[in-house]
Amino acid sequence: MAEIQFSVGSTIALPKIGLEKLHANLLKMGYKVLGPQIQDGAIVYKPLDKIADLPRGYVSEQDAASYRLIYSGHRRYFDVTPGAQSWKQFFFPPFSELASLVREENGCWQAEEIEKDLTPLALFGVFPCDLAAIQVQDRIFLREEWKDPIYWSRRQSAFILAVDCLHPCGTGFCASMGTGPKANPGFDLRLTELEDVFLVEIGSEAGRMGMEGISILPTSAFWLQAAQKGLEDAITKMGRSLPDQQELPDLLLKNLDANQWDDVAQHCMSCSSCTQVCPTCFCWDTRDSAHLNGQTARRERVWDSCFNPDYSYIVGGSSRPNTRSRYRQWLTHKFGAWYAQFGTSGCVGCGRCITWCPAKIDVTAELRAIREEVQS
Amino acid sequence: MIEPSGMPHAVSPAEPMQPYWAKIVEIVREAPSVSTFWLQFVDKNLQDGYHFKAGQFNMLLVPGLGEVAISISSDMEEAGRISHTIRSIGNVTSTINRMNVGDVLGVRGPFGSWWTLEDCVGKDIVIAAGGIGLPPIRPVIYYVMNHRHDFGKVTVLYGARTPNDLQFTKEYQTWQDAGIEIQVTVDRGDETWDGRVGVVPILFYNTRLDPRNTVILTCGPEIMIRFVIFEALARRVPPERILVSLERNMKCGLGSCGHCQVGPYFVCKDGPVFSFDKLQPFVNVEEF
Repeated sequence: MAEIQFSVGSTIALPKIGLEKLHANLLKMGYKVLGPQIQDGAIVYKPLDKIADLPRGYVSEQDAASYRLIYSGHRRYFDVTPGAQSWKQFFFPPFSELASLVREENGCWQAEEIEKDLTPLALFGVFPCDLAAIQVQDRIFLREEWKDPIYWSRRQSAFILAVDCLHPCGTGFCASMGTGPKANPGFDLRLTELEDVFLVEIGSEAGRMGMEGISILPTSAFWLQAAQKGLEDAITKMGRSLPDQQELPDLLLKNLDANQWDDVAQHCMSCSSCTQVCPTCFCWDTRDSAHLNGQTARRERVWDSCFNPDYSYIVGGSSRPNTRSRYRQWLTHKFGAWYAQFGTSGCVGCGRCITWCPAKIDVTAELRAIREEVQS
Repeated sequence: MIEPSGMPHAVSPAEPMQPYWAKIVEIVREAPSVSTFWLQFVDKNLQDGYHFKAGQFNMLLVPGLGEVAISISSDMEEAGRISHTIRSIGNVTSTINRMNVGDVLGVRGPFGSWWTLEDCVGKDIVIAAGGIGLPPIRPVIYYVMNHRHDFGKVTVLYGARTPNDLQFTKEYQTWQDAGIEIQVTVDRGDETWDGRVGVVPILFYNTRLDPRNTVILTCGPEIMIRFVIFEALARRVPPERILVSLERNMKCGLGSCGHCQVGPYFVCKDGPVFSFDKLQPFVNVEEF
């Protein structure tokens, strides 16, 4: 067979065995490869030593407050949709050091160099919702006027291997949000997993280099058609939907006194699970500590949540003192105010907040209820 | 003027959370648990290049303890030093209030929007402030004194809990001499007090204002702000000419940490000074 030429923008077919070689190539290119793996009955992201560690053959059953990993017995690598974790933790870590300060003789404080591991990361198996979430966080942390140094240092060198979502989860609604089931541009490589091969779209020069020296096949009309059919079917298999989400900013910000806020406050426990699993939630807090000798001090940045009472604390008390006001803040921000702030919805439709809410609160149902209340 | 895409003077675009060090050069006791701290950046070039607009704030860091957002209370045309008037209320502000001349604070800023004095030229100004809400407006008073002919009638309506809590009392005479009317009220009088007793909004009843040509500037407890707005609107001052400075929890000053949000706004970046038309949908929503 003649040699297949490919470049950025090409789509080629990769036999399943070639995934090993792609993994090896990424390691050779100097990436620390991170991938989904099963740990304690859940999917987590951690360094992927070998392709065999991928959760091959697993699917997840997800519904409100329910998540189960099930071994299906088939041989696909990327059938299992993400668990509670998202890739957010690698660019915007739950804990990071802002400053390590040492007091000098003149009373000023000298900032010490903070050790950072800046090995470029390769994210091996990013589902479309999570790729969209990374792009939402890019708008938050990489501004025209300043770039968050912690986020920037990890994000700019990262390699993204995106995977189309052919077996969507029961709580997701990416089709409504325009983020899936096919991965939008912003990847280095995009895989569509068929029975015997992957279709691979080359998204960047780094992606092309990752494919070098691997035995590939030309794409056939049959495979392209199968991929197309798979993506169309995926839309119908999605567990949730959110019609007319563009109308939500107006609906929410003009109905801050809806009765539904009282209703949801009866169920919500203000536990902040939804904000911790949300791949776009970006709020953070600072933590300061000092050594007992008074000569050194540390500043840390930690994830925060609008459900924490301290979050809105000012003199005289919290400005959102109850669950009603905190849930309202979360929902009106995520689906409403986010547009004005960042030009996009804060939701990518991954469904995590539904799956991981211990009280089975379903944002799509809440939004529907508010719409119905207002329209009635 | 701060370029919208640029960073403040004491904030590095590459390390926006990194503080710059400033020495306390003078402390003025204003009221019980309220003092004005005069700061000078250790780096002289930074001090010389540091400019702010009336109404903006700095993030002040006590290493090991935390950072607080505090408005700048000095004259924006005074070179060489800046002041913050701080009430001792939490861990950080109480620690600052125990500090001495020569002690060092971390400073980032100036952040946020300002009282749009450029739009007040030729107009009457009514300043309505309560308690620790006066320091964020004091730079306006200085500016008016320095450029008195640019403005019409200027009135300060100020209230505090008790006569002892009134701030900047030594300056009132200077303000009046410069042609600024000042009316003061307290929530509770004492045996020496022969002035007015009552909340700040009642001072509007003694004030004649021309709604076609008046700008209202208000800062203080949120409940006071609501009633000031009510009185202003009742006198037909349009919402665009009611300027409000809000207080919210802040950790960054960059519109990043999320804490200070009010609807679509980050108070640290889009505020703290808002014209009321922007806040109208939210100000009277309970607990928003």
